Amino acid sequence: MAADNRPLSPHLQIYRPQWTSFLSILHRGTGIVLSIGIIYIAWWLTAAATGGDYYETFEWFAGSIIGNLFFMGFTFSLFYHLANGIRHLAWDTGRNLELEDAYKSGLLVVASSGVLTAIAWILALVA
Amino acid sequence: MAEFTLPKNSKVGTGKKHPAPAGAKNVKTFRVYRWSPDDDKNPAIDTFEIDMDDCGPMVLDALIKIKNEVDSTVTFRRSCREGICGSCAMNIDGTNTLACLKPIEDVKGDVKVYPLPHMPVIKDLVPDVSQIYAQLASIEPWLKTVTPPPPDGERLQSPDERAKLDGLWECILCFCCSTSCPSYWWNGDRYLGPAILLQAYRWLADSRDEAKGERLDALEDPFRLYRCHTIMNCTKTCPKGLNPAKAIAEVKKMMVERQG
Repeated sequence: MAADNRPLSPHLQIYRPQWTSFLSILHRGTGIVLSIGIIYIAWWLTAAATGGDYYETFEWFAGSIIGNLFFMGFTFSLFYHLANGIRHLAWDTGRNLELEDAYKSGLLVVASSGVLTAIAWILALVA
Repeated sequence: MAEFTLPKNSKVGTGKKHPAPAGAKNVKTFRVYRWSPDDDKNPAIDTFEIDMDDCGPMVLDALIKIKNEVDSTVTFRRSCREGICGSCAMNIDGTNTLACLKPIEDVKGDVKVYPLPHMPVIKDLVPDVSQIYAQLASIEPWLKTVTPPPPDGERLQSPDERAKLDGLWECILCFCCSTSCPSYWWNGDRYLGPAILLQAYRWLADSRDEAKGERLDALEDPFRLYRCHTIMNCTKTCPKGLNPAKAIAEVKKMMVERQG
């Protein structure tokens, strides 16, 4: 009975997602979206500085459905990462660590990032 | 680097089906992870249909019934059957808990039973916990002192000092929390995980212990302590209702506070 042929028990495949673990992986996901979004914003700025055809190409992408969806995702990521970052700061001071509090603050973070995204887009479209 | 899929020898197939006895009216289906070191087969899920009118209330009762009456090769650890030994820790219905404390009626649909996640399997529901025990030994979980004890008695604590250990001493080392933690899944070789860090805090929080600096030095490491990202699966899953996430946060706070 060699010990090295022992199988690894299932993990991600079988573990039921929890509200807190979902928000945690969302924090990482939004962080990745923000990194990609920075490249997008750099493209925006270089296009604006270069002008002419170059800016038209950017505008064509930014105005497309995919461009708009991406930027909406970026905006949400920005607000979610910010709000959940504040939640992390509270954790670092030893607060908000009872399960019930962590569930409620998670709900608050999701709701506030949704509302802030909506406000930002309404302001952008009105202006 | 984290591997999100199972290695080839660990992929889970379909196993045997054991139907309910004739005439059973109240049938519950149990799907149990099986693997034996005695052949070269991959792990598989066996299906057991159990007559609930003739079975105790807890998942452990059903497992014992299966072992006694259906398939005696089904292998699992159990001892006290009342949530104090920690032997029957396993993954039931998608979260880790003690089989003896988990009522069958709390599970909607089929009862899926797996060993503790992301562990080497010795047989069926029995994981190899030697690495996690070695990690426990590494934090030196005993009272360390330099001053001699009072000649006429024990080292005393005030009621307030003693109260700081509540929520820590109750841990039975079942490792439900550590094996629920994605960070421990991906970095279990270097990250100590929630169970061991709660134990570390149990000694850091003890007013009689005189090795606080030394203990913190040993934890001051990008992996041992700081792989905790407050995912909180540990606290959510603890069958004793303890809060390892909070204990870890307290250790992180001590790290900052000692820098003055």
